[in-house]
Amino acid sequence: MYSFSYFRPTTARQAANLLAKHPDAKLLAGGHSLIPVMKQRLAQPSALIDLNACEDLAGIELKGRSIVIGALTRHADVANSQVVKDALPGLAMVPGAIGDPQVRNRGTIGGSIANNDPNADYPAACLGLGATIVTNKRRIAADDFFTGMFSTALEENEIITKVMFPIAKKAAYEKFKHPASGFALVGVFVSKRGSDIRVAVTGAGSNGVFRVKSFEEALKKRFSPKSIEGMTIPASGMNSDIHASAEYRAHLVGVLARRALAKATA
Amino acid sequence: MTATGIGAAVRRKEDIRFITGKGQYTDDVVRPGETRAVFVRSPHAHAKIKRIDTAEAARMPGVVAILTGADLANDKIGNLICGWMIHSKDGSPMKMAPHPAIASGKVNHVGDAVAVVIAETRAQGRDAADKVKVDYEELPAVADPAKAQAKDAPQIHADIPNNTIYQWSLGDEKAVGDAFRGAKHVTRLDIVNNRLVPNAIEPRAALAEYDAGTDNLTLWNTSQNPHVARLVISAFVGIAPEHKLRVIAPDVGGGFGSKIFIYPEEVVCLWAARKTGRPVKWTAERSEAFLTDAHGRDHVTHAEMAFDGDGKILALRAKTIANLGAYMSTFSSSIPTYLYATLLSGQYGIPQIYCEVDAVYTNTVPVDAYRGAGRPEATFVVERLVEVGAREMGLDPADLRKRNFIKQFPHQTPVIMAYDAGDYNASLKKAMELADVKGFGKRKRDSARHGKLRGLGYSTYIEACGIAPSQAVGSLGAGVGLWESAEVRVNPTGSVEVLTGSHAHGQGHETTFAQLVSERLGIPFENISVLHGDTDKVQFGMGTYGSRSGAVGMSAIAQALDKVIAKAKKVAAFMMEASEGDIEFKDGKFTVAGTDKSAAWDDVALNAYIAHKFTGAELEPGLKETSFYDPTNFTFPAGCHICEVEVDSETGRTEIVNWTAVDDFGTVINPMIVEGQVHGGIAQGVGQALLEGAVYDKDGQLVSGSFMDYSMPRAHDLPSFKLGLTETKSPSNPLGIKGCGEAGAIAAPAAVINAITDAIGTEQISMPATAQTVWSALQRANAARQAAE
Repeated sequence: MYSFSYFRPTTARQAANLLAKHPDAKLLAGGHSLIPVMKQRLAQPSALIDLNACEDLAGIELKGRSIVIGALTRHADVANSQVVKDALPGLAMVPGAIGDPQVRNRGTIGGSIANNDPNADYPAACLGLGATIVTNKRRIAADDFFTGMFSTALEENEIITKVMFPIAKKAAYEKFKHPASGFALVGVFVSKRGSDIRVAVTGAGSNGVFRVKSFEEALKKRFSPKSIEGMTIPASGMNSDIHASAEYRAHLVGVLARRALAKATA
Repeated sequence: MTATGIGAAVRRKEDIRFITGKGQYTDDVVRPGETRAVFVRSPHAHAKIKRIDTAEAARMPGVVAILTGADLANDKIGNLICGWMIHSKDGSPMKMAPHPAIASGKVNHVGDAVAVVIAETRAQGRDAADKVKVDYEELPAVADPAKAQAKDAPQIHADIPNNTIYQWSLGDEKAVGDAFRGAKHVTRLDIVNNRLVPNAIEPRAALAEYDAGTDNLTLWNTSQNPHVARLVISAFVGIAPEHKLRVIAPDVGGGFGSKIFIYPEEVVCLWAARKTGRPVKWTAERSEAFLTDAHGRDHVTHAEMAFDGDGKILALRAKTIANLGAYMSTFSSSIPTYLYATLLSGQYGIPQIYCEVDAVYTNTVPVDAYRGAGRPEATFVVERLVEVGAREMGLDPADLRKRNFIKQFPHQTPVIMAYDAGDYNASLKKAMELADVKGFGKRKRDSARHGKLRGLGYSTYIEACGIAPSQAVGSLGAGVGLWESAEVRVNPTGSVEVLTGSHAHGQGHETTFAQLVSERLGIPFENISVLHGDTDKVQFGMGTYGSRSGAVGMSAIAQALDKVIAKAKKVAAFMMEASEGDIEFKDGKFTVAGTDKSAAWDDVALNAYIAHKFTGAELEPGLKETSFYDPTNFTFPAGCHICEVEVDSETGRTEIVNWTAVDDFGTVINPMIVEGQVHGGIAQGVGQALLEGAVYDKDGQLVSGSFMDYSMPRAHDLPSFKLGLTETKSPSNPLGIKGCGEAGAIAAPAAVINAITDAIGTEQISMPATAQTVWSALQRANAARQAAE
């Protein structure tokens, strides 16, 4: 690890001010992606702005027809939240499937989304529920937020403050874990909210999280595994590595979508 | 059996310090003025070193010294060696390329050291290492053993054509050929035994200190055999004479074989400590461990088994290419030869066996012993052939095994080993009962109703452990003897210190060895301490590997105890004014036969030291005895593992739903520790079968170089095990012990793959059988079935 300056603001506003003053700084939330690359000397930020004392960034509340989750809220808190489990149990499945207890007690929703790791779980939930990502500057629809592998619509000096998930009538997440890392080799989130039907896939695509329009179309008739029986997606555009070929990932998208639908409609 | 004697499930003495963070590992040892070594390592698999520029690095803050391969050569530091000579079938000796501790002129694998920075702190060392400029000329590389001998493969070492270290064979090729010609059925398999990264929880470490006043060097290191390390470092590398070098292997956190070997880093720390006059410490980072710890396995094999019309095995033939990596590690040559081909008879009476092994260099990390070492590879060949043979002939796999089991002992196999005791039917029968093989058909139908494919696989394994009779291994090329030493010191108060040449790095010797002493001397378990791992305290010993510490290490202690008791009887005889022949010793008490006279253990110990009851002419004072025990044969632990899996036909994911292991380890000292060894062994075997695979790309880069890509077995990958024991005592050592450390890792891979192939109905599957691998095999099988229809 190289040396760096360290700041520990106590409000989101202070954090944003610090970020404006230190353009090379990195925001530290759970630290699960950032700290390892710093330890390996693959990242050399001049400063770290530690968000962990910003209490205004954490919390879960039900607001109208949405669940609003502060960016600093830990995976374990979302997974175990009675509010989430009652109103939108499909969402609780996502942080519950991340890593191990240590990771879930430390990792945050804001960190996961801002990093947009192509194998991360939360991007699938955001896209699969049509969430709105709220920053210190604006609101961004999930459809516009995830712009590619490790890249997002976030601009300079922009900090995610919370994520708003509209409550879907039916929703579920099905994950096939990467055998080594525990990330999603493929993860599929499905939801139905009125006529808005979404199937979002993480882990599989070489450009990060994406929606499967062909499945969504087929599900409009009936939101059921049967509606996409035998359907798959093309292997082109899928990741291929020592753990899974593009063909296998494409195949899993279909299998996991059907299993997620079975869970959502159970 | 006493509460703390042989056979008691005593809690481990050493666990108090381990689980409360009081263990003392090499990295915990801190010496005054200590510096840190940071290695500059090759990013290329194969390259010429054109120039190394250390000027800028040397000016960095905190740098004490920067040393290269040229400095090493100037100081005439010798190469690392492989200590087991193998001769090719044409009689020529194996071709061992020079292995300098720091590369000189050329690097041969990613991670090969090219320079070392000695700095005040690790961070300063890393900063300076970043500034060492190495100008490489990249060369083509080869990582795949099956391609290493090709005409167009790059030659890694001068004067070693086709990268071939030896072409060795064992058995009668002609007789085997005749047997195959007369066979009713022949089963053929192509097998890749996947390459594994050991990953002990404690990374390797070394700390060296030079005392200019005495000219003594001390090395603390993560070694399974500190005396052997001292011998090799003195006699071959030439760092210091043996009596001027002290090696201390304190608490060591796991080894699995990878800490047997003598590595470049400890040599460099010693050399640099003398050169700089400062203590030098190095502790591997995990990513460094992936690139420098000796890997395991990595065989490519074609194997065939010939059967007669009754399913009796007539012969076995195997051709193996074994990858030994870029350099020959300390015992690497013996693993794919005498620890592999000699076990190809399995538990079966096979009249003829022939095995050819080509060992090759590749641009990869050296490969050497890893838990099981050769025997898992042999078991996989034999147990896959038997299982597939049974399926091809339409016979029940258990029944085919029974028909071929060896039932008379001793049994001389055609591949050197003389099995001395065993009852293979007993372990198979007991395992089948515990696994409820009878109920499998119903369970399979139940699984099918849930869309799952259920399969059952056997592995009736055998291993040669208790390594090993010195004369026998000497005749096979070993550079050392494989006896073990022990010293039993009885203190004047009667407490006992055992100094053993064995070394514990997780095995629990402080407990099991004390149980033996408690049993034999009848003294409290608490009054016994066991010491190991320091060449200044313990006499020469051979260390721990090959499931030898029970069979060989404890036998040495038992012999020393016999001598202690004999001497104590003499003391007791003087004390009680009786004839030595009338003294009886039982439960910690000396009695005179036919009288009510007695003397307690503590009293006799005290009298041995105060020496008031006898003259020096009659008896030497003191009570301390030494033994060097050399076994008369290997031991042959054997047993039956049954694995039952459910395969998700849509995803290919395998879940192990039942595991049964019935093992014959001979005498069991502590059943709790033995169970733990079996659990860990199975986990590692399952890791090999389902999860672990070291993957090199065509350029020799290790793609699976971290835990993000190299999958270790976790608790949730395993079911609760059903364990059982059968017992035939080993006649080859006084305690009847066979050894238990490697059995699980040896038995498990074949059981898993036999179960998966039973479930999915195709034999074409490689390890690790990941979900993708199994799914692809199912796709291929379905395609073939459709094409046939």
